[in-house]
Amino acid sequence: MANVTLRSVRKTYPGGFEAIKGVDVDVGDGQFCVLVGPSGCGKSTLLRMVAGLETITGGEIDIGGRVVNQVEPADRDIAMVFQNYALYPHMSVYNNMAYGLRNRGMAEAEIKTRVEEAARVLELSPMLERKPRQLSGGQRQRVAMGRAIVRQPKVFLFDEPLSNLDAKLRIAMRVEIRKLQRRLNTTSIYVTHDQLEAMTLADILVVMNGGQVEQIGNPLDIYQKPATTFVASFIGAPPMNLMPLRSDELTSQIAGADGAGIVGIRPEDFVISSETVSGGVALGLTVEAIEHVGAETFVYGSRQREEQGVAANPGELPPGEVIVRVPGATGPAIGERIRAVAPRDKLHLFTADGRKRVAG
Amino acid sequence: MVEEEGFQRYLAHVILWIGIAIVAFPVYLAIVASTQDNAVIANGQMSLLPGGHFLETYYQTLFVGTSGSTREPVLNMMLNSLVMALLIAVGKIAISIISAYAIVYFRFPFRMAIFWIIFITLMLPVEVRIYPTYKIVADLHLLDSYAGLSLPLIASATATLLFRQFFMTVPDELLEASRIDGAGPFRFFWDTLLPLSRTNMAALFVILFILGWNQYLWPLLITTRDDMQTIQVGIRKMITTTDALTEWPVVMATALLAMLPPVFVVVVMQKLFVRGLVETEK
Repeated sequence: MANVTLRSVRKTYPGGFEAIKGVDVDVGDGQFCVLVGPSGCGKSTLLRMVAGLETITGGEIDIGGRVVNQVEPADRDIAMVFQNYALYPHMSVYNNMAYGLRNRGMAEAEIKTRVEEAARVLELSPMLERKPRQLSGGQRQRVAMGRAIVRQPKVFLFDEPLSNLDAKLRIAMRVEIRKLQRRLNTTSIYVTHDQLEAMTLADILVVMNGGQVEQIGNPLDIYQKPATTFVASFIGAPPMNLMPLRSDELTSQIAGADGAGIVGIRPEDFVISSETVSGGVALGLTVEAIEHVGAETFVYGSRQREEQGVAANPGELPPGEVIVRVPGATGPAIGERIRAVAPRDKLHLFTADGRKRVAG
Repeated sequence: MVEEEGFQRYLAHVILWIGIAIVAFPVYLAIVASTQDNAVIANGQMSLLPGGHFLETYYQTLFVGTSGSTREPVLNMMLNSLVMALLIAVGKIAISIISAYAIVYFRFPFRMAIFWIIFITLMLPVEVRIYPTYKIVADLHLLDSYAGLSLPLIASATATLLFRQFFMTVPDELLEASRIDGAGPFRFFWDTLLPLSRTNMAALFVILFILGWNQYLWPLLITTRDDMQTIQVGIRKMITTTDALTEWPVVMATALLAMLPPVFVVVVMQKLFVRGLVETEK
């Protein structure tokens, strides 16, 4: 049981590349913290710094009240689950889990109790004598979890542990990880690039971009009040519609948009309607594509009077394109002209550079 | 595989059988010659059927040696060769796996320079550096010893490179997992890297054992005593006789005996090879 505190943590590589540019995070005892961000944002590097696999070039990492900057990984009282599981291929499942305990000089009887308990919890009991290559992906993933559990560490570290699984298994394992963490009540830090995984697992969500923290908080708060346009488009799928406020019809519609340069509207906050909303937004769209998901339908429309172009960042929408979520399986036809309406209280306003949220 | 019809298929088989015959005939001839009377062979009237001196010849070869040229029992030569080949194979594997471990997993000054120095020695086989090597071994008083026979042949760039390549394919996460599991450099090497290298070591062992067993020039130079002679040198000495007839049956028997250990090693290790190839560990 421990808090993990990062105080202005920095990582500069010998070549001068700054991978982590001063990160402050405080993970409370027993909390599940998720680091999320696009590839190359430094989230894995940060996790590996907590694990002790990367050196820390600035700031402090504190685990359970002890600054661990100079402490070897084995002595930090952490356990890590790797993306490719990193199981010892020549050892049986039992030995994979027991190895770390043996290195610590634990009595064989105690090791047996712990491994068998972990195997029972993870439903690995029948395959303790097998080698990793005789297991399926999901089973290997559970062995990797088991190796972490038997240590009874202060902190679990997960480095994209579900990325190598197929979609269905990923969801099942996601729930299992959450349940297991709740039951063991062990402080955890989890790295992922999947915003859905991040939303569903996190007590504290840390959205990272370019080696910096964009926003920290409760996942729902972040979803409802993204601090920057980056967070707004990264969290939520499909992404939030972001439209620049220029001297066009959009600006004149929105009430109290002083100081704002960008308006963001989530696809689900639109309604297809002919009514007008005072102070809100009404957009005329031409339907270009329809995605049927079953329970909902996503309508991709283009605004008139808006130049077409490509998205500025991956995951964002190209300018002029708007996604509208319609509940159910019925939606407009391709080529049809529709009117999408969003009320004032559903609008997110940002400064023109996208770095700051303006009231609303 | 393409199934050939009728005549073409027989033709293919005939060609293959001719090939086998060409390769196998000298071996057969050696077997036949080793069972015949030396006088008959010397007359040039050697029969192509085995003679009746099998036990006699092999007893003499193994435990007595030729009566003229070497007078050293071949069993003793085989023992010398075996010790040398084993020392070379095991020594090379041990040295090169450790040096590859150092080069791949540790950051130390002049790491790349050392790697290149090892690499360059590839271009200097024993034959090229034979004089300085002989001088060093002589100065160390290692002539006529197993150490002198094997030490100069142990340093191996090829094996170091092979292990280096293999270690580079081992995922870094395995090292990181070991570090978190509390395994230091020695434990990681012993508990993880060595077991993973098993099939590589087996393959190298086969190659290096045969290489060591077949050494000729080096043992010829540094052994002068008859009881330190290796089998490859022994065969050569048996053939050259000054005032007596070459004892061909004994020479042939020795040649056949010299083939046995490499064949044995290949046959035994083949299983490990195949197992290593079938169960890819990833």
